[in-house]
Amino acid sequence: MTDQEIKNKIKTEEYFVNMGPQHPAAHGVLRLLLTIDGEIIKNVEPDLGYIHRSIEKMSERDSYQQIVHLTDRMDYLSSNINNEAVCLTVEKALEIEVSDRVKVIRTIISELTRIASHCLWWGVMGMDLGALTTYFYAFRDREMINDIFEETCGARLTMNYNAPGGLMYDIHPNFVKRTKDFIKHFKTKIPEYDRLLTGNIIFQKRTKGVGVLTKEDAISYGATGPVGRGSGFSCDVRKHHIYSAYDRVDFKEALLTEGDTFARYQVRIMELWESISIIEQLIDNIPEGSVKEPTKAVIKLPKGEFYQRVETARGELGVYINSTGTKNPYRVKFRSPGFSNLSVLNHIAKGSKIADLVATMASFDFVIPDIDR
Amino acid sequence: MNFLIMNIPLNITSTIHDWIYSIMPETAASITIMVLIAVAYLALFAVAGLYLVLLERKVAAWFQLRLGPNRVGPWGLFQTIADALKLVSKELTSNDRVDKFLYNLAPYFVIVSALIAISVFPFSKQFQAFDINIGLFFLIAVSSIGVIGILVGGWASNNKFALIGAMRSGLQTISYELSVGLSILTMVLLTGTLQLSEIVEVQRTGGWLILQGHIPAIIAFCIFMIAGTAETNRAPFDLVEAESELGAGFHTEYSGMKFAYFFLAEFINMFIIASIAVVLFFGGWLSPFGITDGITWFPEVLWFLIKVLVIIFLMMWFRWTFPRLRVDQLLTLEWKYLLPLNLANLMIMAVIIWMNWTI
Amino acid sequence: MSYFSDIYNGIKTLITGMKVTGGYFIHARKGSLTQQYPDNRETLKMFDRFRGEVVMPHDENNQHRCTGCQSCEIACPNGSIEIIWDRQVDPETGKKKKMIDKHIYHLSMCTMCGLCIEACPTDAIVWAQNYENSVYDRSYLTKTLNQPGSTVQAGIED
Repeated sequence: MTDQEIKNKIKTEEYFVNMGPQHPAAHGVLRLLLTIDGEIIKNVEPDLGYIHRSIEKMSERDSYQQIVHLTDRMDYLSSNINNEAVCLTVEKALEIEVSDRVKVIRTIISELTRIASHCLWWGVMGMDLGALTTYFYAFRDREMINDIFEETCGARLTMNYNAPGGLMYDIHPNFVKRTKDFIKHFKTKIPEYDRLLTGNIIFQKRTKGVGVLTKEDAISYGATGPVGRGSGFSCDVRKHHIYSAYDRVDFKEALLTEGDTFARYQVRIMELWESISIIEQLIDNIPEGSVKEPTKAVIKLPKGEFYQRVETARGELGVYINSTGTKNPYRVKFRSPGFSNLSVLNHIAKGSKIADLVATMASFDFVIPDIDR
Repeated sequence: MNFLIMNIPLNITSTIHDWIYSIMPETAASITIMVLIAVAYLALFAVAGLYLVLLERKVAAWFQLRLGPNRVGPWGLFQTIADALKLVSKELTSNDRVDKFLYNLAPYFVIVSALIAISVFPFSKQFQAFDINIGLFFLIAVSSIGVIGILVGGWASNNKFALIGAMRSGLQTISYELSVGLSILTMVLLTGTLQLSEIVEVQRTGGWLILQGHIPAIIAFCIFMIAGTAETNRAPFDLVEAESELGAGFHTEYSGMKFAYFFLAEFINMFIIASIAVVLFFGGWLSPFGITDGITWFPEVLWFLIKVLVIIFLMMWFRWTFPRLRVDQLLTLEWKYLLPLNLANLMIMAVIIWMNWTI
Repeated sequence: MSYFSDIYNGIKTLITGMKVTGGYFIHARKGSLTQQYPDNRETLKMFDRFRGEVVMPHDENNQHRCTGCQSCEIACPNGSIEIIWDRQVDPETGKKKKMIDKHIYHLSMCTMCGLCIEACPTDAIVWAQNYENSVYDRSYLTKTLNQPGSTVQAGIED
C-alpha cells in the first residue's frame, strides 16, 4: 500500500493535553491547552488570568507615589526598571528635570537588575532542558546582586527605591565597592556559563533551528526585547528612545538574525556582557548632586495623556497615564512585554514537538505576573 | 590481617550448609539453601539500593555548591532509614479507573528482574550465588524483562502523561539494548567464554581486559557507558521521567511502596550496569597489580565495591552536567552513530585478535 | 569525514562541561553556600537598612515621638496603619491638641514599601531588622506600636 493509502486507512485521533497551571518547573501559573498528535503539536492556546491582581484598577485609587510599589510586583525580576518607568512618566508630566546623580544611579541599578534577571533566566533555561546544576550556579551570582540591593535599598526582590522626583534616599557608602567586586567576580563566571551550557553539543542540538521566528512576524506581533532582537528586529528602547543616563554610555545593541532559540539565548548572553560594560563606564564617576527633587506632598498631574517606555529584561514596557488633573489618575495602562511575546507562541510552536515547546518557552523568558498584572 | 577472623564467614556458611544437608533430604536441603541465599541477597540489596539513593543526594549536592542531607545522623546516614519508613507508611492511592490487575503487577516486573540479574555477579572468588556457564547471556536476557514493567505500568495508570512516558521508555530501552549487547560481545571475543568467574580468571593472568584489548576495548567501554546510562533511563536520557515536561512520567500514579519499587529498581539497575562494566573491563574483584591477591574474601569484595562505586560516580557526573536529549535525537544517536561504530569496532577487535596484536 | 569530526567535536564539548562541574565537586567543601539556618541565629546579622518590620522606638522615659498627625496613615497604600486619636488638653500649653491614643499596625497587610517612614515628619517610626515574623494566630500580627502608658516627647512639633 502506498503511504497515502495507509494514512487513509489508519485513523488516529488528536490528543488534548493540559500543561496545567500547576506544573513542576514551569514559569509560573500559565495554563497551556495543547492539542497534540503523538508527539507533534497541532495547536497551543494559552489561558491567562490565574494571577490577575487588578494592578491597573488599584492604581486608579492610589496617589502617584503609591503606584510605584505596585509595579514592583508586576515583573518581579526587573522590579527596579518597572519603578523607574512610572517615575519617569510622572516626571515627564510634571516637567521635572532630575539631577545627573539620580540619572546615573538609576542606570546602574537598572543594569544590575537586568544582570540579575538574566542570571535567573540562564539557570532556569538549563533546568528546563535537564541540566539541573545550572540553577545553583546562577543563583550564587544572583545572591551577590541581591546583597548589593539589600544594603542600599533594604529589600531583595521588591525594591521600591525610585520615587517620583528621584530616589527615596541616597546610596549606601559601600555600594560602589560592592558593585566593583561583583563585576570582577562575574567576568570570570560568564565564560564558565559558556563552557557548561552554550558550547555543549546536546544543548546546541536541542536549541538550534527550534522555534524559528522571522523578522516580519516579530514586527507584526510586536515581540520586543531579546525575542525580537534574536530575529533581527532592532527594538532596543535604550538606543531608540533614550532615557536616564543611556546617552552618555557606549554600548552595542545585541542583534542576531537567525530567530531560533539559540539566537535568543546568545542575545541574552551578549546583553550580559553589554550590561557589565555599561556599569563599568558609570561606576567610577557618579556625579554629586541632590538625590530628590522637591515635589509637593500631594502630586497632581496636569490634564492629558502621558506615555513613557523603558527596556526591561523582557522587552519594552510602556506606561500610559491618563490624568484629569486630580490627585489620582483616571486610567493607568501598562503595555507589558510578556503579553505580546506570548501571542507569538502559537504561531511558532505548530508542528514542533513537546520538548521543543519547552525549550522555546524557556528562551522566551516569561514571567506570568507580568502578563496577567 | 588475621586469617582466622577472615575465615569465620566462610566457616559459618560451610557449617550451615553441612547442617542443613544433614537434617533434610537432598532436594529439600538444596531448596532451603537457595531460599536462604535469596533472602540474604534481598536484604542486602534493599539496603544497598537505599544507601545508593543517599549517595546520589550527597554527590548531587556537592556538584551544586551545597551540602546534602546532614541533619539525620552523622553525615545524614540515617536519612535513608527515614526515607524508607516514609515510603512504607504512605497511603497507596490510585484512581478508580485503573486496570487493577496490571496496575498492581507492574512494579514487580522491574524489581524482580533487577534482583535476578544481581544473582550472577562474582563478588569474590568464594561469593557468587549462581555461577552458570552462560552468565553474560543470562544477564542480558533477564535485564530485558524490566521494560515490560514500565510499559504495563504506564498503560494501566489510565493517565495520558504516564502513557507518553511509558512509550518513550519502551522504545529507548529496546534500541539501546542492541548497543549494550554488541559492546559486551566485543569483549567476549577476547575472553572466549561467557562464564563470569572465568572472565575474571582470564584477567588475573593477562591484565585487565581494557588494557589487553587497547583501542577497540576503550571504544567499547565508551559505547557501553553511553548505552548503559540510556538503559537505566538516567540523564541525559531521562525523558521518560522528564520532570520539567510531563509531571513524573510513567510512575505518576504510583505512591508509597509501589513507587519505592520503581525507584529502587532504577538504582539497582545502575548497580548492575556498573558491575558489568567492572567485570568485563576492569578486572572484577582483582586488585590492581595483584597487591592483595591471595588474602581471602575481604579485600576482593572491597575492590569490587570500590570499582563499582567509581563507575556509579561517573554515571552521576553525567546526570548532573548534561541537558537531556529529545526523543528523535536519542534514536538518531543510537541508530546512526552508536550501532555502526559498534559493528566496526567488533570487526576491528576480531582483526586484532586474529593477528595476535593484543597485549 | 565530517561524521568523525562531528563525533570528535561533540565529545570535546561534553568533556569541557564535565570539567566545570568536576571542578566544583573537588572544591565542594569550601565552595558550598549552605547556611545552617536555625543553628546560626546568633551570628546572622541583617544589613542596616533591611526592611523587616515597622516599629516605634521609645527612649528611657517611655516616650515616643509620634504626634498623631496621620501622615503615615494617608501615605500607606493599603490601609495597614490606623491611628486612633483624640483631642485632649496638652498639659504644657493648656490648649486642646491632637494626641495619639493608639497607633495600630497590621503586619499581615504591610507590603514593606517604606512610604510611611518617608512621610513621617518627626521620625517616629523606623525599620526594625527582625525577619522571623510567623505566628500561629493571625491576630498576633495586628500590633499596637506605642507602648501603654507612653507619652509624646515634649516640644516635638517644632
